[in-house]
Amino acid sequence: MKRITKVFQDCTRNGTKAFVPYIAAGDPGPQKTAEILVYLATHGADIIEVGVPFSDPMADGPVIQTAMERALQAGTTLRKVLGMVKWFKDRYSTPIIVMGYYNPFYAYGIEEFARDARISGVDGVLTVDLPPEESKEFHNALRKEGIASIFLLTPVSDIERIRAVKKVAGGFVYFVSVTGVTGERNTLPEEIKEKMVEIKEEIPLPLVLGFGISGPDVVRNFYPYVDGFVVGSALIKRWVEAGFSLEKDSDFHPFYKSLVEACRGR
Amino acid sequence: MVKDKSGYFGMFGGSYVPETLMPALRDLKAGFARYVKDKRFQEEFTYRLKEYVGRPTPLTYAENLSRKLGVKVYLKREDLCHTGAHKINNAIGQVLLAKKMGKERIIAETGAGQHGVATATACALLGLTCRVYMGTDDMKRQELNVFRMGMLGAEVVGVDRGSRTLKDAINEALRDWVTNVRTTHYVLGTVFGPHPYPTMVKEFVSVIGKEAIRQIRRKEGRLPDTIVACVGGGSNAMGIFYPFIRHESVELIGVEAGGLGIETGKHAARFASGKVGVFQGTKSYVLQNSDGQILDTYSVSAGLDYASVGPEHSFLREIGRVSYAYATDDEVLDAFSLLSKEEGIIPALESSHAVAYVVKHAERFSGKTVLVNLSGRGDKDVAHVKEIVKTG
Repeated sequence: MKRITKVFQDCTRNGTKAFVPYIAAGDPGPQKTAEILVYLATHGADIIEVGVPFSDPMADGPVIQTAMERALQAGTTLRKVLGMVKWFKDRYSTPIIVMGYYNPFYAYGIEEFARDARISGVDGVLTVDLPPEESKEFHNALRKEGIASIFLLTPVSDIERIRAVKKVAGGFVYFVSVTGVTGERNTLPEEIKEKMVEIKEEIPLPLVLGFGISGPDVVRNFYPYVDGFVVGSALIKRWVEAGFSLEKDSDFHPFYKSLVEACRGR
Repeated sequence: MVKDKSGYFGMFGGSYVPETLMPALRDLKAGFARYVKDKRFQEEFTYRLKEYVGRPTPLTYAENLSRKLGVKVYLKREDLCHTGAHKINNAIGQVLLAKKMGKERIIAETGAGQHGVATATACALLGLTCRVYMGTDDMKRQELNVFRMGMLGAEVVGVDRGSRTLKDAINEALRDWVTNVRTTHYVLGTVFGPHPYPTMVKEFVSVIGKEAIRQIRRKEGRLPDTIVACVGGGSNAMGIFYPFIRHESVELIGVEAGGLGIETGKHAARFASGKVGVFQGTKSYVLQNSDGQILDTYSVSAGLDYASVGPEHSFLREIGRVSYAYATDDEVLDAFSLLSKEEGIIPALESSHAVAYVVKHAERFSGKTVLVNLSGRGDKDVAHVKEIVKTG
């Protein structure tokens, strides 16, 4: 939790935004996950979101659905995801948010998961299908281990929903840019700026924007309104197109770099 | 933190959905609470059920089958509903509600196609646009219903991911709803999903049991000894069980899809080998592996081929009010042909599960009065069964 807070404090001091890449753990295999985690940590990622693959990811678009299918095909389990996080955290201090659907956490055992997540160095957990009303038990278990519960808000969140999230949210608030699933959009609706201002006035936590971010122009457009940007599908798509290669001449680099630069206000 | 206990049946139920859907569920809960008590809404719903669906449906005494089994078998004839299955009751109720709430677009998922056809029908009647998601494997085994939905003006979207069956169709419908939540109502087809669906769907389908109580009293002067219904998500079963729950002398049995047998892993018997989990919006019994990944299911009937079950069924099982069993594909196909030959009624493969259970346990029911919910007719299954018989 403290590490997350420090990231945003540093950003504020430097006048930059947190760059938060998302990857699906175990996609396409544990070795490649280790590779990209190290790459992200050493190339400007401020926080990393590690997706827990799930058989039925109802809030995800085709790119992440397919990534999760590859990960499950490779035998990824939640236990193995925590193992990957631990391996990474033994080497790097970049905060890790574990993002997933509730059933794998529930099947693992809530208390047991919270404990193992802390031991592995997880900083925050975002459960896509666990709204504040249902989160009490999980939230309490995570809090006991010093792990932040991250919640989502959306363009259709009214003040009642914003307040419901405010009561339980820790670390930062994740603003979903569109009504819809994850995946690149050419443009995002302008009217969400107003909603982000409303949320910032109500909740004294950093706000990050995610879902649908297709490139640096989107980051620049919404730069003043939030404290960070999550990019998932757009990165994964290019990584897949580059054959999961992070070699110097891979097409992944220039795109990735452009996002980091945009988050640095350049 | 206010936890809305009304969305729970014991420990089961709840609203496990992405935040984007929370305002829509809240509005739906309010809309449902308002209109369920609204006299004009109830009048219109009752009018449609009578004049359009053809209610009340008969309670037929199955004389040949009864003689053969030595059991007094009554069939609640939901197969005689307009569109051929009980699904139309819920579809009319929800589409009426959506229209009152000012929604312009309807989406639905479908397994066997009956809920899709029912929703497409209700939308044609009430003038709303309709899109139905259906797994591509189900589209193959229920080709006729795909064609029917098209005839009714609905757009059928094939879902070619995962197991390409009902659960994948629900995922895709949820993705659509998340995207178009401002204009769209999602007509979920069973007593499943986030609150208020299990409660709302129960309300719209419980007309089945209300009629059955009146009818069996008139015919027998008493309530039946046992009621048997098939359970996929569990709406037809809930529809007939619910009004009988307070009559504790009546034994209630839900029959799940045993597929090729529990030991093969190819089945959809959630109570036989599932455990409690959270899936597609609710906490209930779920077929899953030790890592919490949802397992692929299998059944000869697309309508029961689903990894979880309505939360209130889990609750009724836990408190011991309803017991749950399963019937295998082979038993089901035998029952399908038995009822066709004995009574001249071709049952849906789903409903054949309930018939199969009575046939198998005829000895135990000897001399008793058993009421089977014949949830739908089997015309949709004839081509599929023909294929099975041909290939052995």
